Amino acid sequence: MAADAKPRVKVPKSAAAGEVVVIKTLITHKMESGQRKDEAGALIPRSIINRFTCDFNGVNVVDVEILPSVSSNPYFEFEAKVDTAGEFRFTWYDDDGSVYEDVKAIAIA
Amino acid sequence: MRHSRRQALGLGLGAFAAAALPMAAQAALEDAIAAFTGGAATGAGDISIDAPEIAENGNAVPVSVSAPGAVAIMILGAGNPEPVIARVAFGPAAGAQTFATRVRLARTQDVVALAKLADGSVIEARAAVKVTIGGCGG
Repeated sequence: MAADAKPRVKVPKSAAAGEVVVIKTLITHKMESGQRKDEAGALIPRSIINRFTCDFNGVNVVDVEILPSVSSNPYFEFEAKVDTAGEFRFTWYDDDGSVYEDVKAIAIA
Repeated sequence: MRHSRRQALGLGLGAFAAAALPMAAQAALEDAIAAFTGGAATGAGDISIDAPEIAENGNAVPVSVSAPGAVAIMILGAGNPEPVIARVAFGPAAGAQTFATRVRLARTQDVVALAKLADGSVIEARAAVKVTIGGCGG
C-alpha cells in the first residue's frame, strides 16, 4: 500500500499573526477494515492508517487515533492557531509500519 | 436465485446472528465509553455534532464535532461492529476544538461524540443518522 498512499494538504499560504486557520488533509488509502470477506469467504486482513498527527513548529495541533470506521481515503479538517511564520508537519502512520509525511509552510501577512 | 437446503440454513443462522448483534455492540459501546471517561458519568455541555440526518452511502458519512475547551474528543458509531471511530487529542497549537472527518456507518444508528474537558469531566452529544446502504462491504 505504501506506494500509492498520496497525502494532500490544504493550508493557507499566509495568515495574520494569531489567526486561526482551517487545515484540510486527505490521504489516498483503501483503509481495509478487517470486517470484509473475499469471494472465498476468508476475512481480508485489516490494513489501515492508524494514527495521524499535525505539528506546527514542533508544537502539536492534533493527534488522532484512527480505527477502521474511518472511511477510505481518510479526510480530516481541523483548525490551528498561527502566531508566527513556520511550517506544519503532517504525519500518517500505516498499519504496515510505513510513515507518510507532508510539510507546508505558512507566512505571516 | 435458488436456495439449497444448506444455503437456507445459513440464511437462518445469519438472521439469528444479526438479531444477537445489537446486544454485543451495546456492550462494546459501553466499554469504549468507560475507557474514555474512566467510569465517570457523562453530562450535557457545549458539544455539537454535525452529521446528515440521512446518509445514502454509509461508506463515507461526513461528521464534524465541535467542543470548545475540550482536550480530547472521541467519535463513536453506536451500531458499528467496532464502535470507536477515532480519538482526537488537541495540542497547544490547536486553534479551535473542532474536528471533521468522514466515517463508515454499518447501519442506521446514533453517532456519539464525547469530549473530555480540561477539568476531567466528560460531556456527550448524539446525532441519529439514517443509513440507506451500510458501509461495511461484503
